[in-house]
Amino acid sequence: MGKVAIKANALVKWFGEGETKTTAVKSASFEANFGELLYIVGPSGSGKTTLLSMISGILKPNEGSVLVEGKDIWQMKSDDIADLRLHKIGFVFQDYHLFPRLTTVENVAIPLILKKMEWNEALKVGLEYLDIVGLKDRAQLQPVKLSGGEQQRVAIARAIAGHPDILIFDEPTASLDGDTGRKIVEFVKTKILNAERCVIIVTHDSRIYEYADSIMKMEDGNIIGFERNTNAIP
Amino acid sequence: MSGILKIALKLLVNDKSKFIALLVGITFAVFLMIMMMSMFSGILSRSSSSVYNVGAKIWVMDPAVNNATSSIPMPDYVLSSARSINGVKYAVPIYFGNALVKLKSGAYQAVSVVGLDDATLYGRPELIEGKIEDIYAESAFIVVKDAEFKKLESPAVGTEFEINDHRGLVVGLAKVASGGLFGIPTVYTTYNRAITYIPSMRFTTSYILIEPKHESDIPFIQQQIKKLGYQALTRDQFVKKISDFYTYQTGMGMNVLMMTAISFIVGLSISGQTFYTFILENLERFGALKAIGAKGHELITMILFQASFTALIGYGLGVGLASGLMILAKLRLPSYAAQVTYYNLTFAFIMVLIMAGVSSYIGVRKVLQIQPFDIFRG
Ligand SMILES: Nc1ncnc2c1ncn2[C@@H]1O[C@H](COP(=O)(O)OP(=O)(O)OP(=O)(O)O)[C@@H](O)[C@H]1O
Ligand SMILES: [Mg+2]
Repeated sequence: MGKVAIKANALVKWFGEGETKTTAVKSASFEANFGELLYIVGPSGSGKTTLLSMISGILKPNEGSVLVEGKDIWQMKSDDIADLRLHKIGFVFQDYHLFPRLTTVENVAIPLILKKMEWNEALKVGLEYLDIVGLKDRAQLQPVKLSGGEQQRVAIARAIAGHPDILIFDEPTASLDGDTGRKIVEFVKTKILNAERCVIIVTHDSRIYEYADSIMKMEDGNIIGFERNTNAIP
Repeated sequence: MSGILKIALKLLVNDKSKFIALLVGITFAVFLMIMMMSMFSGILSRSSSSVYNVGAKIWVMDPAVNNATSSIPMPDYVLSSARSINGVKYAVPIYFGNALVKLKSGAYQAVSVVGLDDATLYGRPELIEGKIEDIYAESAFIVVKDAEFKKLESPAVGTEFEINDHRGLVVGLAKVASGGLFGIPTVYTTYNRAITYIPSMRFTTSYILIEPKHESDIPFIQQQIKKLGYQALTRDQFVKKISDFYTYQTGMGMNVLMMTAISFIVGLSISGQTFYTFILENLERFGALKAIGAKGHELITMILFQASFTALIGYGLGVGLASGLMILAKLRLPSYAAQVTYYNLTFAFIMVLIMAGVSSYIGVRKVLQIQPFDIFRG
């Protein structure tokens, strides 16, 4: 097992006040390591997305702390957290959030452009990443012209184009058929994950469990189990 | 251009229908504002055309005069008193009136008649044909060759006509700096001929034109004239008095102001509304950018850029459209009064900036409110 990528200490998050107060995450602590594919699983509403958002600098916890590569991110200023997201973390959102008015390759280049890379250079690098996900020939199409699985791969290309150390996927296979979902995860495991990377996937999809190095179970805002999968598909 | 702005531009321009709607809104507003204001400036500048054309430094008039062409005649003693004021180099009378001309074809045409002081011909126009001394010849008139010239059946030197049942003879053609507002031709003659040809009341002096010895004498001259119960205005003061009359006393200014305000409001609502919808539709995108790591100020820059880009193009189109239309109108109607001034352009530009500002403000507020977490949750 590699070094610790993310360390969550007693994270608590609630929404609303008084009568309407719901505690989405109740004292969650865990570690995710480099070189590891970590799954977070659990029923709907158990707090998976909330937890994922807190460890990736998107949602501020009410209590507890998050260390990303040893740095306490919620002590940082909001612009610095934005920079951390930009430079260290790649996101694949559940419904992709591709930009319909941009071409596929421009979509992939977005993190690079936000990093101030020059436009043409960013497109060039973007094209390389599209090649990695096998969609180089779709570079000039609008994302809506692509199939769901292809869009998901574009989203992955965008997430990895910025060279993040940590990749966060929320339900990456939810809207894909079983076969496509498996292929995506297999691709992530074999091509994206490496010793310097940590990949965290939230999923309901038991068909892809066999790729996980660790599986963390959540229920009702609590982490109720953490197991290492010693015979994960490499 | 920085990459972020390029993304902003693509988000905006690639959404063709919204982009066009935005442009239409702004172009329309700019077009209407410029048209209204240009008509108004044109009318104002023409309303003072006689003041400009005569060119005197000081005008003495009855205080009730508010419009160069409707003068109130003054008794002769005002002229002699004016001449005796210290600091007055010379003072001469001028006559403004209207007469009816019977043309060769038998048609009648109203004209405005300017009667120049017989001794000095002060306020004379620049001649393009004929000699100014010929104005002293019998029945002599000089016709101004402006947009209204054709209404006199384009006379030449030597053409005869009847003016208020007297004989008239064209001895020269003149050009003047500025055309009049009322769309009738102008003829010049001597003061004495003018008052003999045109029936008048007991008093005949329309204005007294004064040339001061020095600029610094002007306040004293004005004071002395005031003591006589009359008013002495510098050219600029007189022009302003006339403009104020048209602006505030005729309802024209109010109407133009209202039309301009309405154009502005309509333009603002179309473009503001469309821009708001545009932002709303792209809210998820801005949220995704935020989640990926765009900072607040970068998103603000994008929105400001989108708003000002649209505003500038709309402004350009609006100005172009208005000028084009005015050029066309002038081709067909030579006396068409509209004029585009820097003031109008600047005013419309400021209004457009306000539109862009309001639209961006709404957009920025929305975008800063959006939580990347909400994007994340889908
Ligand atoms: N902004 C919010 N305001 C109020 N309650 C919220 C908010 N966000 C999340 N919650 C609540 O917190 C709880 C956990 O939500 P979360 O989205 O983390 O669940 P999840 O495990 O990701 O579920 P799913 O599998 O359906 O995506 C839910 O009960 C949800 O209703
Ligand atoms: Mg979720």
